[in-house]
Amino acid sequence: MAQVILKNIVKNYGKLEVVHSINLDVAHNEFVVLVGPSGCGKSTTLRMIAGLESISGGEIIIGDNVVNNLPPRDRNISMVFQNYALYPHMTVRENLGFSLKIAKRDQTEIDKSVDEASKILSLEDYMDRKPGALSGGQRQRVAMGRAIVRHPDVFLFDEPLSNLDAKLRAQMRVEIKKLHQKIQTTIIYVTHDQVEAMTLADRIVIMRDGNIEQQGSPTQVFENPINTFVATFIGSPPMNLLPGRVGKNMLEFSGGLILPIPIDFKDIVKPGQDIILGFRADHIMPVGHDLTIDGDSAMIEMSVGVSEPLGTETLLYTQLAGQEILAKMLRPRIVQDGETLTFNLDLGQCNLFDAVTQRNLR
Amino acid sequence: MNINRLSKLKSFFLKVSHHVTLFIAMSIICIPGLWIVLNSFRPTVDIMAKPPVWVPRGLNLDNYRAMFGGAGEGGVPVMQYFTNSLIISCTSTIIALFVGMAGGYAFARFRFKGKNAIFVGLLLTRAVPGVALSLPLFIVMAKTGIIDTHFGLILVYVAMNVPFTIWLIDGFFRQIPPDLAEAAEIDGCTRWQAFWKVEFPVAKAGVASAGIFAFLTSWNEYALASQLTRSTFSKTMPVGLRDFTSEFTINWGGMCALAVLLIIPALILTFIVQKHLISGLTFGGVKG
Ligand SMILES: Nc1ncnc2c1ncn2[C@@H]1O[C@H](COP(=O)(O)OP(=O)(O)O)[C@@H](O)[C@H]1O
Ligand SMILES: [Mg+2]
Repeated sequence: MAQVILKNIVKNYGKLEVVHSINLDVAHNEFVVLVGPSGCGKSTTLRMIAGLESISGGEIIIGDNVVNNLPPRDRNISMVFQNYALYPHMTVRENLGFSLKIAKRDQTEIDKSVDEASKILSLEDYMDRKPGALSGGQRQRVAMGRAIVRHPDVFLFDEPLSNLDAKLRAQMRVEIKKLHQKIQTTIIYVTHDQVEAMTLADRIVIMRDGNIEQQGSPTQVFENPINTFVATFIGSPPMNLLPGRVGKNMLEFSGGLILPIPIDFKDIVKPGQDIILGFRADHIMPVGHDLTIDGDSAMIEMSVGVSEPLGTETLLYTQLAGQEILAKMLRPRIVQDGETLTFNLDLGQCNLFDAVTQRNLR
Repeated sequence: MNINRLSKLKSFFLKVSHHVTLFIAMSIICIPGLWIVLNSFRPTVDIMAKPPVWVPRGLNLDNYRAMFGGAGEGGVPVMQYFTNSLIISCTSTIIALFVGMAGGYAFARFRFKGKNAIFVGLLLTRAVPGVALSLPLFIVMAKTGIIDTHFGLILVYVAMNVPFTIWLIDGFFRQIPPDLAEAAEIDGCTRWQAFWKVEFPVAKAGVASAGIFAFLTSWNEYALASQLTRSTFSKTMPVGLRDFTSEFTINWGGMCALAVLLIIPALILTFIVQKHLISGLTFGGVKG
């Protein structure tokens, strides 16, 4: 059993504070993804958990022990680095067995563990090659193999897929997910790619500027973003945002656009309040090419600037109230540039954010 | 068709001129060395002949025989000089390498106050010509009583080589991503183990090349050694060359023979280590 608990963790580099008192509970066997734009302190946080970076304040607990002052080797963790960090002078076999050799296990045991790991990651054919003679994806697998041979309590991944091309990345994503099912260990995974976060995580932790903005299951953060940052960061394409103002029982936007107040927010907003309306492309679709909407909806006429056919659906770039808006067309037909269409906006799926604090009003 | 022939001809001439240029350049570099080897097997008449005798004739081992012979027949204590050179060069190289590894690692990995200033300062010490230091060194060593000892010369060569080894080894450690040592630490190593089991083997090529340079510098150094060594007990091979000059004559043949003995170990060492230099640097453990 190894849960990981961060209590008020702070990191300073000299006078500069880059991680501001964050709290995080990772349960045993949970797959937690730290996601956020680059420079937000994800790696720093992960490296503090690994023991590669000292902790300026707070407490880190792995299993049942406070590990603040333990060196990495005493924390029983494994880490996969962004650039793999394979030992270039050792063969794949030696790379995999290195940790066990350092731990002075006997050779038969090492061989057994290495074979097991190589089978899980299908590395059998490369065992006697040096890392220099492997492709990116193979190196990636060796790095993961090196992490699993030790049966650690916690796996740490720092952007493990960002050096791979798109196709391989999608493939490795699935492999990592399978790996988690097979070996049942706590995983903390860092990425700046929200697709990876959404697909892999049991729980997503969104970070910005050294703070945790929101955490929750992928659906939770997707459907109920706590603020406009999360709304635009999670999900592809990002959520559409329309700044406006609350009028008498309605929302007013520039250019004379008027929309009803979504029902969930009726009692929350006050007339005169500046708000931002947020909705995803999936919730604004041309009539006849949409899903049935239960609840309130609004009809809007917009002319299409550019369309992007993706096969099963088409993305439509349009203008609304002076903002660029992205809409989606299901069962697509060919759309002429400049064509005017009537769109159905699903009000039940809309979010309202406070224009000043940028926080979700829900 | 015509154009094809022309471009073929052109590339042929380019290739020929390429080889000719290369040959001339290599001749300029190699002929003095080969001349020394040749002269070491020649009688003095041929060495001094004007115009020079290009085609070797009457080669013999007389110069070598005389050199290893008794003092009366122009012999010099070659074995003693050789041992002195070996002791001094090897010891100073090993020390310079260890200091260089410690220093180079520190410069490559750690942040500390005045790092750049210290680094530049180290290199600046090499801007002072060694000979300019010979008199002060002579006085200091005479006062402390380490003149004419192995220890004194080792000290001087370590001081001469350390800035260079630090600089070179620093460059190699810089190329090794810190992630490697961190991965090793996570795999259960202490800092110390991480260095010796991962970073050192990867940087081995750099350490080896620093070693060659340090060794050759000490092995060939003449200016300081000629001032700081006096007796057979500490004279190095380059200084020994001077034994062949007397008041009115210079024994060129003997000098060349000793010079050949001087060159051989350096050549052998370079050949041995060269393999490491080429095969050593196989990165790829990290993203290429
Ligand atoms: N050694 C360091 N010294 C000073 N600042 C650092 C150091 N390492 C990282 N930082 C800063 O800390 C912040 C967080 O970095 P990091 O955790 O690497 O971000 P990311 O989320 O992209 O992984 C960045 O603004 C970075 O500039
Ligand atoms: Mg990072």
